[in-house]
Amino acid sequence: MAGQGMPKGHGGPRRGGPKPKIENPGKLFKRLIGYVLKNYTPHVIIVVICIFVGVLANVQGTLFMQTLIDGYITPLLGSANPDFSGLAHAIARVACFYAIGALSAYSYNRIMINVSQGTMRNIRNEMFQKMESLPIKYFDTHAHGDIMSCYTNDIDTLRQMISQSLPQCLNSAITIISVFVSMLVLSIPLTVVTLVMVSLMLFVTKKATGLSGRYFIAQQKALGAVNGYIEEMMEGQKVVKVFCHEEESMKRFNELNDELFDSAYNANQFGNMLGPINAQLGNLSYVVCATVGGMLALGNITGLTLGGLASFLSFNKSFNMPINQVSMQFNSIVMALAGADRVFKLIDEEPEADNGYVTLVNAEEVNGELRETPKHTGMWAWKHYHKDSDTTTYQRQEGMVEFDDVDFGYSDEKIVLHNIVMYAQPGQKIAFVGSTGAGKTTITNLINRFYDIQDGKIRYDGINVNKIKKADLRRSLGIVLQDTHLFTDTVMENIRYGKLDATDEEVIAAAKLANAHGFIERLPEGYNTLLTGDGANLSQGQRQLLAIARAAIADPPALILDEATSSIDTRTEKIVQDGMDKLMKGRTTFVIAHRLSTVKNSDCIMVLEQGRIIERGTHDELIEAQGKYYQLYTGNAITA
Amino acid sequence: MLKVLGAQIKEFKKDSILTPVFMILEVIMEMVIPLMMASIIDDGVNAGNLNHIYKVGGCMIVTALIGLWAGLMGAKYGARASTGFARNLRKAMFENIQTYSFANIDKYSTSSLITRLTTDVTNIQNAYQMILRMAMRAPASMIIAMFMAFSINARLASIYLIAVVFLGCCIGLIIPRATKHFRQVFEKYDALNASVQENVSAIRVVKAYVREEHETDKFARANANIYNMFLRAEKLVVINMPLMQATVYTCILLISWLGAKMIVAGGLTTGEMMSLLTYCMNILMSLMMVSMIFVMLTMSYASAKRIAEVLEEKSDLENPKEPVKALPDGSICFRNVDFAYHKAGKPVLKNINLDIQSGETIGIIGGTGSAKSSLVNLISRLYDVTAGELLVGGIDVRSYDMEALRNQVAVVLQKNVLFSGTILENLRWGDLEATEEECVRACRLACADEFIQRMPDKYNTYIEQGGTNVSGGQKQRLCIARALLKKPKILILDDSTSAVDTATDAKIRKAFAEEIPDTTKLIIAQRISSVQNADRIIVMDNGQVAAFGTHDELLETSDIYREVYESQTGGNADFDENGGDQ
Repeated sequence: MAGQGMPKGHGGPRRGGPKPKIENPGKLFKRLIGYVLKNYTPHVIIVVICIFVGVLANVQGTLFMQTLIDGYITPLLGSANPDFSGLAHAIARVACFYAIGALSAYSYNRIMINVSQGTMRNIRNEMFQKMESLPIKYFDTHAHGDIMSCYTNDIDTLRQMISQSLPQCLNSAITIISVFVSMLVLSIPLTVVTLVMVSLMLFVTKKATGLSGRYFIAQQKALGAVNGYIEEMMEGQKVVKVFCHEEESMKRFNELNDELFDSAYNANQFGNMLGPINAQLGNLSYVVCATVGGMLALGNITGLTLGGLASFLSFNKSFNMPINQVSMQFNSIVMALAGADRVFKLIDEEPEADNGYVTLVNAEEVNGELRETPKHTGMWAWKHYHKDSDTTTYQRQEGMVEFDDVDFGYSDEKIVLHNIVMYAQPGQKIAFVGSTGAGKTTITNLINRFYDIQDGKIRYDGINVNKIKKADLRRSLGIVLQDTHLFTDTVMENIRYGKLDATDEEVIAAAKLANAHGFIERLPEGYNTLLTGDGANLSQGQRQLLAIARAAIADPPALILDEATSSIDTRTEKIVQDGMDKLMKGRTTFVIAHRLSTVKNSDCIMVLEQGRIIERGTHDELIEAQGKYYQLYTGNAITA
Repeated sequence: MLKVLGAQIKEFKKDSILTPVFMILEVIMEMVIPLMMASIIDDGVNAGNLNHIYKVGGCMIVTALIGLWAGLMGAKYGARASTGFARNLRKAMFENIQTYSFANIDKYSTSSLITRLTTDVTNIQNAYQMILRMAMRAPASMIIAMFMAFSINARLASIYLIAVVFLGCCIGLIIPRATKHFRQVFEKYDALNASVQENVSAIRVVKAYVREEHETDKFARANANIYNMFLRAEKLVVINMPLMQATVYTCILLISWLGAKMIVAGGLTTGEMMSLLTYCMNILMSLMMVSMIFVMLTMSYASAKRIAEVLEEKSDLENPKEPVKALPDGSICFRNVDFAYHKAGKPVLKNINLDIQSGETIGIIGGTGSAKSSLVNLISRLYDVTAGELLVGGIDVRSYDMEALRNQVAVVLQKNVLFSGTILENLRWGDLEATEEECVRACRLACADEFIQRMPDKYNTYIEQGGTNVSGGQKQRLCIARALLKKPKILILDDSTSAVDTATDAKIRKAFAEEIPDTTKLIIAQRISSVQNADRIIVMDNGQVAAFGTHDELLETSDIYREVYESQTGGNADFDENGGDQ
């Protein structure tokens, strides 16, 4: 881990806990719709029109069924010489309606693909862009698994909702309204009966979802427990073997697994029940309407005719169906909203603040004066724009870094660095030594503003780093982390990461400088070897050499190096060391040192303990002082 | 593959059979209801016969109740069968993984095993539920409806047959193409997520090099690509919808036209025609359902395959028939041992011959890839030798009961793990019955007691998953203590003090020498200081024993040893108090 001694999200996988309640589903829903509309308003309008047209065409079709018999077949039955031309005409007309209906159904489905996939694409892009802009602190305090599940689980449920649930609901809503109006026209009392049955259906649905919801939460919890246990045991499977702990680990697993089975069984059972219950309630509604309607029609009470009743019954059927569909979609909408909530939380995170205005530009010296130039001169200057006098001044970048009484804590309550004062002249090498948790890595993270300090000032070439644009500040500082991170790409591209417009020759030159050229040449495809899984196919030392090459190609005036401490064998270690030494030459360097040679060669050594610099000086001075450094040094020397 | 998975249905066979039975019963009820509805209209409403409405309505309610019962039973058994199947699958996989040897474990990455046990099982659970509930229901519904239609009027019903064949062909053409596209797009999708993961863990590199925009652009490009692929796949799928509608509508119109003529000619009643039209929807919807199920099943095929792989994997180590249960002593003897991780692969150990006395302390040193870990892993039979033999306590390791052997040969692995639970619970992995005093004693030996006492809850301090709340050095010391609790005859430390500072490291070694003198100790280390006081030191180089002797002997005779020694005592030595404490 690069961030040693830092607070980490110990939360574990999120699936561990029950789903949090969504606070404001209405607002969330509106925002989501807003997202869809932002880029796809015309599309959505067309979709709505298509759905509307489709529903109307369908209603026409239903009506045709009624008239087919009464209007055409029955009259024809009596005639001796039946004339089918009227019927043919009617069928042709209905065929047109059907064609329109099918066409509009296709159109809206087809357009919805663009809308849903496009919206997903936009949300993903926005999420990623936002994520890249977040401060390091965010990544320290959020479990990586949680961040990832925004991209996987949450986005997937959203896609389902936008592409299926929403159009489905819209379709159902329009159907419900048009059918409802038709029903009202036909018979008000029967409509009331239907509504009573529908509310019964909704009531049952609500009860059932509430019941299954409770089991669903239990299931998620049990699933989280099982998954967590699986993760832990698979991670430690070799230890399990070495300790012959198989049976114990099975025992616990079986307990958890059985618990999961119980809750999953119940959740699924109640979830499954909703469909048949509603379908049969629909049938019941039909019977009740038929009975009541029959009585009304035969008793001639409200002017309901028999034909009207027949039509009403078919509407009753097409009224229940969409309501069933909506209730089926309800669950997936709730889940999608929970996903949307998390996605929006990520999107709403505060990005890394950057109020800097001093930028880093290429410079050249003309008549003793610095001037900005578009060319790569190898000379860089800080460009200040002074607002009050509307002037721009240039200052040569040299690499002087100064800490002026700096305090820092990951949170305001817990300060981990106290009163740090130090100077690094251009080209100097500053070494940090001390035990784990002393704050070595933390100090280096402050220079490039991965974190902002609580008190004091950090100056780069005399400029307060807060005034320098973060991007430019970081561009002026090379960094080699203790943990090397490589990207899925070729070796060439991984080195080029330090300078995107570098030529292949420059890449190779940088690799040579970093002593990486030798092993790269020996890889199956040389510089074009594809690295995957964070460079899993390379050894620790090789990965580190690539990281050095990456820093070398960026050619920054100042460097932050975190020496590797992991078990690299002595020979590779020498090569890495040599590469680092070459890189440090002529640059202001801050090095978190683990090796005697690095420490000895430093211009100044800072000995840190519990967030304070307790000793400083050159190797000889510190040895003479016989303090902590002396202890460390000799302690090592005795056993070595 | 299906057989391997199917074997895990076990006690849920009854549920698995009952589910489709009830689903079919529900379908039958569902099919009868339209008949009754037609009858209510024809003979009740149109005939003005209220009694008939009551009678048929009553029947319909009874039918609906039977349908409801069948539906609920189907829901219940379906849920039980599928979740139970999932439980058995998980259990069988987990059980089988417990029998895996190191070689088996190496074959799968940890994350792949986790996915197989979690996501893949969930996929199969859902697929199985769908097979039981839908895959039976849809064809049954289609067949019954078809049967009803034919019994009403075979000539008109043959229109449906043509429609089904036509639609079936179209779906048959579209779906395989679409699934191919989907498979591709899901692969890309996984790759995209992998790159997000990469960005999350490498965020410091991204920020240090100010590559946020570069990464965002890269992501946007990949994202756009996925968008296009999704469009291509879904464009195919949406054709299904209008195709189906067109077929349904054509059927309706044809039946209306031909039916009308038949009615006029006296070959059909209006009520019969209405019923025929109702079945039209049923038949074609069911066909659609079948095609959808097909798509979903192909998607879960990959999961099924991955699960079957885990279940079919056989451990490549087996307990002997009449196993030896106890080690006579802690001596170790390698005789012409060769070892390769894969049968046909390159040997990583070549012709090893070593004689180690019981109670000796042996240091092992060598560069990365010199096969130090491979050498010691053979001793507790984590892997089998490819050639030669390895005697522990004078008996071939393959003759021992594996559990007995491993209980008496304690290994502290290089990549070690603590589990969530208190420190005491973790320590008792070494000995389930260990008293607290024994645990404290082991921790004193491993120099862990000193920091445990400083923790607020001492030995009851809760260790987070993966041991994230203790430092690397502390973790290593706890792991050593855990191994000590086994009271082993042989103790192997595979680079287990790399994160412990040199002074503590020396203290631990001193404690070993004084407190457990009879235990054979093998210590792999990078630091020369960790091994130089050992009785003898093995220098490994490229899979072979380059030298074996005392510190002084090796300084004289071994170039490699001298080189390492000089580099570590000269300018390149470790400086830290706490070495690589991570």
